[in-house]
Amino acid sequence: MGITLTDIAAERVSQFLENRGKGVGLRLGVKTTGCSGMAYVLEFVDAIEPEDQVFEDKGVKVIVDPKSLVYIDGTELDYTREGLNEGFRFNNPNVKDSCGCGESFTV
Amino acid sequence: MALLQIAEPGQSDAPHQRKLAAGIDLGTTNSLVATVRSGVPETLPNEQGEHLLPSVVQYKKGSAPVVGSEARAAATKDPLNTIISVKRFMGRGLDDVKSLGSRLPYEFVESESDMPRLHTVAGDFSPVEISADILKTLKQRAQDTLGDELTGVVITVPAYFDDAQRQATKDAARLAGLNVLRLINEPTAAAVAYGLDQGAEGVHAVFDLGGGTFDISILRLNKGVFEVLATSGDSALGGDDMDHAIAEWIMQQADIKDDVDHAQLRRLMHVARDVKEALTDSNSTTVKVELSDGAFWEGELTRETFNQLVDPLIRKTLVPCRRTLRDAGITAEEIQEVVMVGGSTRVPRVRELVGEFFGREPLVDIDPDKVVAIGAAVQADILAGNKPDGEMLLLDITPLSLGLETMGGLVEKVISRNTPIPVARAQDFTTFKDGQTALALHILQGERELVSDCRSLARFELRGIPPMVAGAARIRVTFQVDADGLLSVTAKEQTTGTESSIQVKPSYGLTDNEIEGMLRDSFEHAKEDAGMRMLREQQVEAERVIEALTAALDEDGNVLLSEQERTEINTCLQNLINIKTGNDIRAIKKAISQLDKATQDFAARRMNASINKALAGHKLDEFKN
Repeated sequence: MGITLTDIAAERVSQFLENRGKGVGLRLGVKTTGCSGMAYVLEFVDAIEPEDQVFEDKGVKVIVDPKSLVYIDGTELDYTREGLNEGFRFNNPNVKDSCGCGESFTV
Repeated sequence: MALLQIAEPGQSDAPHQRKLAAGIDLGTTNSLVATVRSGVPETLPNEQGEHLLPSVVQYKKGSAPVVGSEARAAATKDPLNTIISVKRFMGRGLDDVKSLGSRLPYEFVESESDMPRLHTVAGDFSPVEISADILKTLKQRAQDTLGDELTGVVITVPAYFDDAQRQATKDAARLAGLNVLRLINEPTAAAVAYGLDQGAEGVHAVFDLGGGTFDISILRLNKGVFEVLATSGDSALGGDDMDHAIAEWIMQQADIKDDVDHAQLRRLMHVARDVKEALTDSNSTTVKVELSDGAFWEGELTRETFNQLVDPLIRKTLVPCRRTLRDAGITAEEIQEVVMVGGSTRVPRVRELVGEFFGREPLVDIDPDKVVAIGAAVQADILAGNKPDGEMLLLDITPLSLGLETMGGLVEKVISRNTPIPVARAQDFTTFKDGQTALALHILQGERELVSDCRSLARFELRGIPPMVAGAARIRVTFQVDADGLLSVTAKEQTTGTESSIQVKPSYGLTDNEIEGMLRDSFEHAKEDAGMRMLREQQVEAERVIEALTAALDEDGNVLLSEQERTEINTCLQNLINIKTGNDIRAIKKAISQLDKATQDFAARRMNASINKALAGHKLDEFKN
């Protein structure tokens, strides 16, 4: 399984990293909080931890900690635009239910 | 499902707790909103992809006001109800507004407060309310884009804005339902956008040439704080003047008479603007205009001819540049970076001449229309807490000293100019007369020594001071300036805890260059002010001595003094009373010391008498131990 990125998501991530001027990749993860159980984490990574799993897709390093991987394995990260709003979207096959706003989910 | 942005390591927020912050450039001609997403600050467009929101509001009967390009388009047809450049009226009194331009079509209505209101079909609106309508539009755009409520915003204001104008801007934001994290100066925001605040300490220039206004500011970065050393400009010089110059050239070339109708002139200005923009990237462009008889005239304008046309206009900007350098007391060589702001700085000739003047390549990488909003967004992001600790927090400074009036019409400065804000400073004051139960506080802004030369901000009274002899009461006055440069003053009598305070609602009405002028005056009059201060201090001292002696004479004069002694003291006293109103500091000093000498015996006798009185009826033993 692992984590993949759509072309546009990969392009945006590379661009953001370049603009930021530092960082080795992108961290995907989950934390247990929010109205429906868990919430996604999307952060720049400056240092890879020893236990981290590193995936590489379309030239982007995606870093996931093993605890999070259970919940998001197989996820495809997409970048889309909805009206004026644009941003990243997790296409996560593990999700059974998400809260109305979509910021948190249960597996 | 909500769309996500990339956060800094460890800064991911819980759902529904994201701290969305935006920077707003509330401009005279155009306004913008920007935010930091996935670490990149960018301005936000509307559905049509337009980033700039024209700062124009059209009021209609029975429906919501229209803001932006649609309103701007309506301006010629509906001039009375379409408000343009409302920023020029912010924080101004009616008299100021009237003197700003008798050419303005608006009907001003006097209101209970000092703020004038503009009459429209939808009712009377203050400049604050009109600005709030612009801000509401930007707020809506930001929330539609970010998908959630804004936590807070940073709004930029011109460096020369005074307290009244800043307060008016803050009021407008509050009215629009925005939480203002901070107001920052426009040149400061531009410098932040280029990351100059992260760089080494030094002096930078911000050259801001917009459509109709020109501002030049000299900033100094010192310990993470940008200090505005000097500002200058021309409130009637900008890209529009370049369009005029081109339009005139076309009229000359195409043999168009001066008396053509308005519609034709407007078409010409339109063509002129297109020509100017085309010449930014190419060396020559075709000019095509429709004449009144329906025929077309076609010509060619080269960059070289264009440069000749606009050179006199651009050179006009160099005069204020020279002046600010002089005011700031630095030379062009000491300037480290020159930041270009405003759409007109896209003109290559402007960059060339400015580069020549400062002797270095100006910074032009960030879109000059957006650079201020981008800097504000960066600042808002930090203030909202989206950056890890340790990121430098930009501070602002007080542009002018703040103080209190003391006896003799002197100003006691409590917070001196260039103090980083937010700041709180306290100073103890006391009573001047025996039994004084109230203290009038007069708050002033400025660098001069005399009240009459400074700007009055507010007055309030502390009442309920317990009666004591002069000088015994301890009244602590605390000046507090918040992060936006707004002042509150509290006076507290220390023994009883009696307290009184005021939020400075600055009296509206100060001209653009007044801060600059006030500063210059203080330098020019430094010596004279110091002399005047010494004189006033002597005069106050004289008054204090007279006051105290008169009270003492009334009480004990008859008992403790002989006729001759009394006459002698009276002569000296009268002498001091006569001299104190004069301008001779030394004479007043001498008269005081003469009186002091003449009353030495009297003072000693009073002291003995009061000790005797205190001891009378007591045995010595009672005072042992």
